[in-house]
Amino acid sequence: MVSIANKGRSLWADAVLRLRRDPLAMVCFTIIALYLLMSLLCATGVIFTDYNVTDNAQAYQPPSAEHWMGTDLFGRDVMARAAHGTITSLIVGFFGAALAVAIGTILGALAGYFGGKIDDLIVWLYTTVDTIPYILLVVAFSFVMGPGLNTLCLAIGLTSWIRFCRVIRSEFMKHREREYVQGATALGAGHLRRIFIHILPNTFHLVLINFSLGFVTAIKSEVILSYLGMGVAPGTPSWGMMISDAKLELFREVWWGLAAATLFMFFLVLAFTLFNDALRDALDPKLKNR
Amino acid sequence: MWRYVARRMLYMIPILFGITLVTFLLFNVAGGDPAAQAAGRYATPERLAQIREQMGLDKPLLEQYLHMVKQLATFDFGRSWSSRQEISGLIWAGIGPSLSVTFPAFVLSLLITIPFSLLLAAKRNTAIDKGTMVTCLGLISISSVVYVLAGQYFLAYKLGWFPVSGWDPSWDGRWQYATLPILIMVSLSLGADILFFRTVFVEEMFQDYVRTARSKGLSNAKILLKHVLKNGMVPIITAVVLQIPFLITGSLLIESFFGIPGLGGLIYQAIQEADFPVIKAMVLIGAISYMVFQLISDVLYALVDPKIRLS
Repeated sequence: MVSIANKGRSLWADAVLRLRRDPLAMVCFTIIALYLLMSLLCATGVIFTDYNVTDNAQAYQPPSAEHWMGTDLFGRDVMARAAHGTITSLIVGFFGAALAVAIGTILGALAGYFGGKIDDLIVWLYTTVDTIPYILLVVAFSFVMGPGLNTLCLAIGLTSWIRFCRVIRSEFMKHREREYVQGATALGAGHLRRIFIHILPNTFHLVLINFSLGFVTAIKSEVILSYLGMGVAPGTPSWGMMISDAKLELFREVWWGLAAATLFMFFLVLAFTLFNDALRDALDPKLKNR
Repeated sequence: MWRYVARRMLYMIPILFGITLVTFLLFNVAGGDPAAQAAGRYATPERLAQIREQMGLDKPLLEQYLHMVKQLATFDFGRSWSSRQEISGLIWAGIGPSLSVTFPAFVLSLLITIPFSLLLAAKRNTAIDKGTMVTCLGLISISSVVYVLAGQYFLAYKLGWFPVSGWDPSWDGRWQYATLPILIMVSLSLGADILFFRTVFVEEMFQDYVRTARSKGLSNAKILLKHVLKNGMVPIITAVVLQIPFLITGSLLIESFFGIPGLGGLIYQAIQEADFPVIKAMVLIGAISYMVFQLISDVLYALVDPKIRLS
């Protein structure tokens, strides 16, 4: 007789299965993976090695067979610079989001789990930070720390943790009275063990979704901060710098720098946003088909 | 109800304390030496000490903090480092130009996005809905800087439909300059707003009251306009009220690009010149106006939803 016993699948295995059945999610995942691969190959000097080769005689050349996306003010290949800009964006996205999620998760967990005075304090903290206009807060942080790549990651991370904190806090409030937590308490688990070993894994899907959302926010913030003069050091390729350079370039009919940076950014952000939706549907199927 | 409002207002006190504390810590404690910033790179130690005394930086931190609170309470933020003008005067002068761009854009955008999102929710999962969703996702994947750049380049510089930049303080003249910024601002908000409002309306359409209305035999149009729209407006209004403070502080990006003498342009200028007192004043004012509108938003919410009031 054939066994019909259904072997249980974990939430994660289930989510991966759902994602793999979703063609759009797989396309987006592939695009993100390709960006990652491209930035790795750029960083290791395998492709687009000419991103820093200047040639003043070749300044502002329109797109041609040799330079697909034209050249910039210093005669550098725009396509190579846009490809290398991926590295900056991925670094800012990753570290900015990771920092925000780490702060948000830890504070949210403490607030939701302990409640009382600790909760009051953390809610006060995030309400205060949330009240200050985001872009001004980032600018203020950048001023304090001086411009550069590290500042970008830190400023974005230190200012964008609030919504993650809210989500994790309310999730912990739901979980702390659940039976499995009471069970853990009965077995002698301390506070930290209950928070990080027992409850946190049950909210991890939210952490992941938040991380992915934060990634997009950080990439977009980099562009605005570059425009405000708080981007990466001059010479480092970044989409934000290319876009803000276009302010002067456009009036010389040089549109290709803007076009290249916008296109490179467009597909990464779009893929991330769509993948986010698919990820949420896969991890929280109740929301699906709405 | 009044008890709720009173309690909610009492809660503003610790937040107000938090805002002033964070601003103070950022600008007066962590922000390096403001006197060195103001004096420039080649200042002599004597000059530095003099400036420090002028700015009150030689006083204890608590006294400096109280001074900042006093500045806020009396709306007297001292003078700008770069233009030497009274900051409060600069702020009053900037509100008008900012609002003449942001307010029409805000209203226009809501008039477009709310009916359109309702329509999409009604036609969800059809080709129009899916097509619009993809377009909106595309729209939000482009940096806002690109919208401003491209709008100015094509519509003003290339086609010459609008002036490239500038401002006319008179009421009749300013629309000539404000129109393109307004259009760009509307296009900036379309993608995100339609996606958000559509989600709100779709959420409502799955509620039991819609099924009840349908089983009573109400027409689709009636269900949408009388029930779904009304209920959906609750989360929408609470979210939209929170955008109003940003109308006052203006758009940094748009005002700096088009040379509009509003508060956004003022902030941009101050950032470029590291004009700390102006940035500090704008951080405080931005935070406080946001706090006030948060209160309004919460009170509006409590008016429609009695459960909030009683908890």
